[in-house]
Amino acid sequence: MIVEVGHFALALALALSVIQAAMPVWAARSGDETLRETTVPAALGVFACILFAFGALTYAHVMSDFSVKNVVENSHTMKPLIYKISGVWGNHEGSMLLWVLILSLFGAMVAVAKNSVPPVLRTNTLAVQALITFVFVLFIITTSNPFDRVAPAPLEGNDLNPLLQDFGLAVHPPLLYLGYVGFSITFAFAAAALIDGRIDAVWARAVRPWTLTAWVFLTLGIAMGSYWAYYELGWGGWWFWDPVENASLMPWIAGTALLHSTVVMEKRDALKVWTVLLSVLTFSLSLMGTFIVRSGLLTSVHTFASDPTRGVFILAILVLFIGGSLTLFAWRAPSLRQGGLFAPISREGALVMNNLFLVAACATVLVGTLYPLLLEMLTGEKISVGPPFFNWTFVPLAIPLLLIVPFGQSLAWKRGDVAAAAQRLFAAFAFAFVVGIGTAAYTWGGPVMAPVAIGLGAYLIIGSALEILSRARGYGNSRSRDLGTIARRAIGLPRSAWGTALAHAGVGVVVIGIAAQSWALEGLGTLKPGQSLAVGPYVATLDKVGPQSGENYEETAAFLTVRTAKGDTVGPVETGKRFYPSRKMTVTESGLMTIGFSQVYASLGEVLPDGSIGLRLYYKPLILLIWLGAVVMALGGALSLTDRRMRVGAPAKARAKLPPHAVPAE
Amino acid sequence: MTRKSRRLTLIASCGAVLAVAVGLILWQMSGSIVFFRSPAEVAARVVAPGTRFRLGGLVLDGSLKRGPDQTVDFSVTDTKGTIPVQYKGLLPDLFREGQGVVAEGMLDTGGTFRADTVLAKHDESYMPREVADALKAQGRWQEGKDGKPVKAESPDTSLGKRSER
Repeated sequence: MIVEVGHFALALALALSVIQAAMPVWAARSGDETLRETTVPAALGVFACILFAFGALTYAHVMSDFSVKNVVENSHTMKPLIYKISGVWGNHEGSMLLWVLILSLFGAMVAVAKNSVPPVLRTNTLAVQALITFVFVLFIITTSNPFDRVAPAPLEGNDLNPLLQDFGLAVHPPLLYLGYVGFSITFAFAAAALIDGRIDAVWARAVRPWTLTAWVFLTLGIAMGSYWAYYELGWGGWWFWDPVENASLMPWIAGTALLHSTVVMEKRDALKVWTVLLSVLTFSLSLMGTFIVRSGLLTSVHTFASDPTRGVFILAILVLFIGGSLTLFAWRAPSLRQGGLFAPISREGALVMNNLFLVAACATVLVGTLYPLLLEMLTGEKISVGPPFFNWTFVPLAIPLLLIVPFGQSLAWKRGDVAAAAQRLFAAFAFAFVVGIGTAAYTWGGPVMAPVAIGLGAYLIIGSALEILSRARGYGNSRSRDLGTIARRAIGLPRSAWGTALAHAGVGVVVIGIAAQSWALEGLGTLKPGQSLAVGPYVATLDKVGPQSGENYEETAAFLTVRTAKGDTVGPVETGKRFYPSRKMTVTESGLMTIGFSQVYASLGEVLPDGSIGLRLYYKPLILLIWLGAVVMALGGALSLTDRRMRVGAPAKARAKLPPHAVPAE
Repeated sequence: MTRKSRRLTLIASCGAVLAVAVGLILWQMSGSIVFFRSPAEVAARVVAPGTRFRLGGLVLDGSLKRGPDQTVDFSVTDTKGTIPVQYKGLLPDLFREGQGVVAEGMLDTGGTFRADTVLAKHDESYMPREVADALKAQGRWQEGKDGKPVKAESPDTSLGKRSER
């Protein structure tokens, strides 16, 4: 019964989204502007309906209602509760439902954030958002209905792919979708601005918080996906340049560029047309990612089911939105008032360079991801574009970008002074140099480029710290040497300044983490109980091999003790092979031992009849910095969001009256 | 700085960055692309020793031999050609004799494929697409009971399999 109501709610959402999309058009035609306001309750209604449908599907999964096909295919009575819930989006139909749920959530948020945006822009944005929602709900209802029944209902379900039975599934897809789909709002804003033909700093101020929100979630989602792949796949790698990973990285890069170009647009009323184009491109890349992942064009853990009709439908959506928005852009962009040009050596000049390098880097990833698909379609020749391609195209473009980051921060708007900026950054250069030389001396005979990269990371972190320090110290006459004054001023700095510095420092942390992987070590061996395998500064001894069982699996586990080379015990590590009877599938569970920011990683191989085991050990120095750095970046973004200037609702006049630390809006 | 020179600076820097990006792409496209080959193609000596490529096919029944230090030998076949493969490392969980596999590496002068990466399936009904396509091309593709390919984890086949158990 609840399942049917959920199904109806989804159909109702489809109908309501038509109203939401059509009302502003009707209002413009009939001249009755009050009609516009109906988009607000419509957006809330669409969200409520989809939320109910999602709740109904979750209910069916939790209750193991095997008369629903989706539950039969992906659930099992023995499955732990957390995977019954996260299993809702651990399949094609459910994940698409989560996709539209988040789409409508963002629509509802724009509808509720009342004072933020001029009414025409807001309602037009909601209409475009409704159009996206309509098409995707239509896609779900016609090709991927999660509410399909099956008769007679089987007694037991097929269970979820054991690779997905992990806490990562509970976190990674919702975070990723909040980012991925969050860019639909910036897209809707861009389309609305193009339709309206008006674009100015108000538009940029309205878009910035949404871009930042989506970016924060996408950063966390990608980092979580990377960590999940690292510990679940058992290969010890943290990024494979897999097309599915690239599909999420491309919107992230474009979104990062967008984040920076909206700043220029808000402050300097420049780069307008470019920013609008970037908004369109960012969400287009999100859509393309959805197409790559969901169409069955590529096979991976993310491809839950391949069905040609779905692929064609998503391709049609892709063509409709990308083609439609680019046509709209080509038609309307010339009528937009161009912003002014500016000096190359200035904050905005540096931000343009940021955009240039990010877009070029994004393009190389795009080429590397799509080229094999196109080549196969055209010639039938199958190729794979692997990590070397991306390492040698993406990285050389990323390095100059990272070098200008601290410069850009310390250059003034309008007219910057490179010499002064370099002078301010002198301490960062010196520190980075010392760090690089120190690392090289400490690891003499090892990788050559890695110490340079470590120095680069240190430069980014110190550069960000110096930026805060020099702003707190003040310039010219107001320059202060009093520590108390500096501390007070530092606290009083806008949160967006702190957020920027934190996010850029986070990039530095990621760079150090990645560079440190040049010293990662790997050991492979056959062990009997009592025997040891050494990897880098650690030795793992096999204590015993034994069976243990979980709720829905049988496990053969190897229990190891990790010691330092001197023989001091660090702690136990356990790795095993889990057999899931419901799917007749075995999955290796890797064992992780965290030592500071480094990890020892154990992965169990074959268990031989004589009681010996195959074991792969990795030593991953400072690897946690990769993900912690991403978290720092996201924290920086979140901190910026609490800045008063991000409060889209706050009118400029009232600004002075409010206390300096007003309640953050988002 | 005049308006014209500002514009020129902007255009020049755009051009420079794009030229670098295109250059990097072209340079890497000529060097680091890995082709996919079937055992039949390799047996016909299409690939020179020392060239990296991906080999895809079925693991020949009874060919898996475990050597010391986690070395494994097996053969990959597509019935028209069979190539011996040597790999040092842990095999994926779903590596089985008689099932699909993709290995990446290069041929040595003796004609053995030295793999450094072995990819198998992600779950029981999924097969690397290259393998599925190769098998289809060679007419060895087994159709599912209801006429749908086994590869597609389509609802009907998985339900069908379910009820057989």
